[in-house]
Amino acid sequence: MSSSSITLEEAAVPARTETLLSHHFDDVEQQSNASILGMWFFLATEVMFFSGLITAYTIYRALSPEAFRLGSLHMHVWLGFFNTLVLLTSSLTMALAVRSSQLGRRDRTVWYMVATAVLGAGFLGVKAIEYSMEIEHNLFPGVNFQVPAEDAAALAEISATPEELQQNLGHFQIMFVLYFFITGVHAFHMIIGIVIVLIMAALMKRNWFSGNGTTQIEAMGLYWHFVDIVWVFLYPLLYLIDLSGGH
Amino acid sequence: MSAPAIPSDPPADYLTDHTVKSWLLTGDHKRIGVLFLISVTIFFFVGGAAATLLRLELMTPKGDVLASADAFNRLFTMHGVVMIFFFLIPSIPAVLGNFLLPIMIGARDMAFPRLNLLSWYIYLIGGLLGIWILIFGGVDTGWTFYTPFSSMYSNTMVVTAAVSVFIVGFSSILTGLNIIVTTHTLRAPGMTWFRLPLFVWSHYATALIMVLGTPVLAISVVLVGLERIFRVGVFDPALGGDPILFQHLFWFYSHPAVYIMVLPAFAVVSEIIPCFARRPIFGYRFIAFSSIAIAIFSFLVWGHHMFVSGQSMYVGAIFSVLSFLVAIPSGIKVFNWTATLYKGSIRFDTPMLYALGFIGLFTIGGLTGLMLASLAIDVHVHDTYFIVAHFHYIMVGGSVMAFLGALHFWWPKITGRMYPEFWGKLSALLVFAGFNVTFLPQFLLGWLGMPRRYFEYRPEFQVLNVMSTAGASILAMGFLLPLVYFLLSLRQPRNAGSNPWGATGLEWQIESPPTSHNFHGPVLVTCEPYMYSPEEAEREYAHEQLVHHS
Amino acid sequence: MWDFPLFPEQATANAQKLDALMLFEVGILVFFTTLIFTLILVFCLRFRRGSKVDRSNAPTHSQALEVIWIAIPAILSAVMFIWSMQLFYELYDPPADAAEISVVGKQWMWYLQHPQGRSETNELHVPLGQAVKLNMTSQDVIHSFFIPAFRIKQDVLPGRYTSLWFQPTKVGKFDLFCAEYCGTNHSIMIGTVHVMEPADYEAWLAAKGVGPSQAEEGERLFVQHHCAGCHRGSQTVHAPRLEGVYGKPVPIQDGENIRFIQADDRYIRDSILEPRSEVVAGYEPLMPSYKDQISEQDLLKIIAYIKSLANQEPIQ
Repeated sequence: MSSSSITLEEAAVPARTETLLSHHFDDVEQQSNASILGMWFFLATEVMFFSGLITAYTIYRALSPEAFRLGSLHMHVWLGFFNTLVLLTSSLTMALAVRSSQLGRRDRTVWYMVATAVLGAGFLGVKAIEYSMEIEHNLFPGVNFQVPAEDAAALAEISATPEELQQNLGHFQIMFVLYFFITGVHAFHMIIGIVIVLIMAALMKRNWFSGNGTTQIEAMGLYWHFVDIVWVFLYPLLYLIDLSGGH
Repeated sequence: MSAPAIPSDPPADYLTDHTVKSWLLTGDHKRIGVLFLISVTIFFFVGGAAATLLRLELMTPKGDVLASADAFNRLFTMHGVVMIFFFLIPSIPAVLGNFLLPIMIGARDMAFPRLNLLSWYIYLIGGLLGIWILIFGGVDTGWTFYTPFSSMYSNTMVVTAAVSVFIVGFSSILTGLNIIVTTHTLRAPGMTWFRLPLFVWSHYATALIMVLGTPVLAISVVLVGLERIFRVGVFDPALGGDPILFQHLFWFYSHPAVYIMVLPAFAVVSEIIPCFARRPIFGYRFIAFSSIAIAIFSFLVWGHHMFVSGQSMYVGAIFSVLSFLVAIPSGIKVFNWTATLYKGSIRFDTPMLYALGFIGLFTIGGLTGLMLASLAIDVHVHDTYFIVAHFHYIMVGGSVMAFLGALHFWWPKITGRMYPEFWGKLSALLVFAGFNVTFLPQFLLGWLGMPRRYFEYRPEFQVLNVMSTAGASILAMGFLLPLVYFLLSLRQPRNAGSNPWGATGLEWQIESPPTSHNFHGPVLVTCEPYMYSPEEAEREYAHEQLVHHS
Repeated sequence: MWDFPLFPEQATANAQKLDALMLFEVGILVFFTTLIFTLILVFCLRFRRGSKVDRSNAPTHSQALEVIWIAIPAILSAVMFIWSMQLFYELYDPPADAAEISVVGKQWMWYLQHPQGRSETNELHVPLGQAVKLNMTSQDVIHSFFIPAFRIKQDVLPGRYTSLWFQPTKVGKFDLFCAEYCGTNHSIMIGTVHVMEPADYEAWLAAKGVGPSQAEEGERLFVQHHCAGCHRGSQTVHAPRLEGVYGKPVPIQDGENIRFIQADDRYIRDSILEPRSEVVAGYEPLMPSYKDQISEQDLLKIIAYIKSLANQEPIQ
């Protein structure tokens, strides 16, 4: 069989391709539209959720741009870049999974979904490495947090009064609070996404879906792409404030 | 051809299956509405018990009823948290919205029945956590959780409360999601947007706020929790944080939240008035669009809670203007409902009494809101009993009365039984009178300068406080009576009939109580809502009188 | 029983202006409420079921009416907004010759410092007719400085200064309340504003030692912060009594040994802020630290109080 466009009949899939219709829907299209619309509105709530955090970030960064710039210099730009590529690739595999399910190619769908989950897990692994490095350098907010000496010195230079220095030092820590919290919340969303994608892949393998599971996978795809897009915003905001790297 | 079915007695409806499993695993929107009804009623009386203790304490200037100021502080916090998060926000949408919305649009269920059931379980978990807090120590930050008191100084179960509110917020989001998607995708053929009952329009607007606003509340309480656990300094000025940031994040949700609490009340009133005035509603499109306008504008006015917080006076001016603007769509509704009475054929059954009472009390509450939007006046009355009176006029005189009116109106549909009309009317009058005696004096108290959340107060404020407590006792009776007679009505057979009020609307074209799938066949909508005729009502009435007297 | 006032005293020009605005807005409220109530009543009576009136052609919409009842409230709103905004801006515009007083709010008291030297707790003495500007900050949580008779209020924030000004026009005593919930004793964080004739005010300013002394203040704080709960003979906690301690040697547990140090200001201060660093021999290290809970000036007052106990008989 060629891998170009293939009709549903040629796909040679076993058993049912009739999607089960819930009693309260008139037809499959209505049911599918409802699910997708529901996922879009859910993503709207997620946008509001992250917006609150990004607003807090914006306010504090506007108050102490230098503190945030210095904080950002501690981020691992290349690891973050690698992670961005990993996540974008995972969105690709997810989109391919959706397409495969539309074409009725179940095995491929399962494969692509597993690949998505693996890439997502890879992202989380790199993130864990980053976190452990930052914690080791006393950059995790709380009792063990220490402003690195050169950053404290740099902030002292630009602070006109001791109170202003206190503010700047405080905002340096707040930058890390926001970094850990926002990326933590993002990672939490990724974990949920990976778990669901794997569950769906397993269900797909066992022919649990009444049809090709297209609507469910498409809805999941929307969620996955959203989590990806959030990262695309977070990466420049947190990692790329000052690429020149100079103090 | 199958043999004709032998009619069973009584006919099978959504209440027939009595097993616990059928209730706890239901996907039926009507059952979920009933489950929510039971839960929110319990929480209403929990919050009411707290209020009773508060009012008893406030009869005297010194602290003598409660053990300590700390007990008082925990009580008013729990009263607010329980009433707002566990009663008002879910009340009409999760009880009546769930029950009625699908039927009103000609659908067999909500778009996501399982998410609907999940929303109830999530609500229960959050609610149980709230009860846990009540038993094991309480919270004393006020329902507003202002930092740095909540994040650094309070010694009570703040983190648990934050988790509880966070969880129950998800219930709200799921209800909102269901309402939006259902309204978009499950309308029966012929049910165009402008043939929708206004109940649906208002709930749609409510759902928009639920879905877009609640996540910001989630963030706010999570940040407070993080601050308490990790001491990181987001709201701690000593570490560069800003306590006012919390207020902005908190009110960004909590102002739209008050419209979550009142838009469904508008929905109910828009159904009751045309039915009991026996005429089409006046200004359908204006009422419909004003709901959407309120939902949008509600997100733009949060700063009016912060006029004296230390925010810039220019920002204050902007929020003041916007707050005046948001009042206008509400005014449009009040005028349109009043105009609906013109040339009607009006009956004064219990639901109508509640709806008319709503209009009056909401007008007062709303106009005092304009006073609060006025910057200089707010400086004087902010954080006093004037504010307390204002929001109770809207939330009790408004939302709770609408909730009660809705329960009376749709009780025959939900249960198949009628409530006793005499007791219904009596309760409505008790609620109206008791409410005004409770809260009207509080406007005066606030203007005189009595701050809110005060355990002890200056002796010259006592007379008005005693009046307020006296009113509260009447109000309490007005609330307890329906609990009794609604429950007693369940002992009757299900003989209310499918349309005891002679109302229009799809829910009245089906049985009382409805069958599991609502409709027996495909639904086709061919006309506008509220196709009442006052002249025809008069003719019927005259005929009845003739028959009666002949 | 009915002799409660309808509004608080008007003790500043601002209060009178605000009351005028409020009267206008109450008028609007009364007008529209009466209008709606009357319309409802009239319609309900006239069009009640069974009444023989003309019900033909009941209108279902009217663009003209909608415009009217949007436009009129909008215009009235504009008037209310502009009027109140002007008054509001005046509240942020203190005259150049205003006397400045510093205010510190903390749980649960107001501490006011006149520039000429006198300081007060929960009381504010000001002269009639003189503009006064308050520069306020909080030591812990958000409080709010509220004087109903002046119709002014301003939140008091930690880590920031906010300000308020007024010019009293009436002699008398007026309530001062904390209006932002701040914890256990929020409702008793109240005080009195004394507006005095200028001559009386000058006299008051010059008098010293009339108010409570540092040591008396310190004793009040000693009780307020629950030091007395343990250090004045508790049934449950074994804590050293402080009578006769100041200025004498104190035995300190130092590992296995005991060393003696002088109980001076530094020792008292460290005992409050870092009690585990020097524990008195024979006692458990139970005392919690009051770091960040007691301000500098309060620490000095408590030390003054403990100093005042130096000549009393030590109690075992």
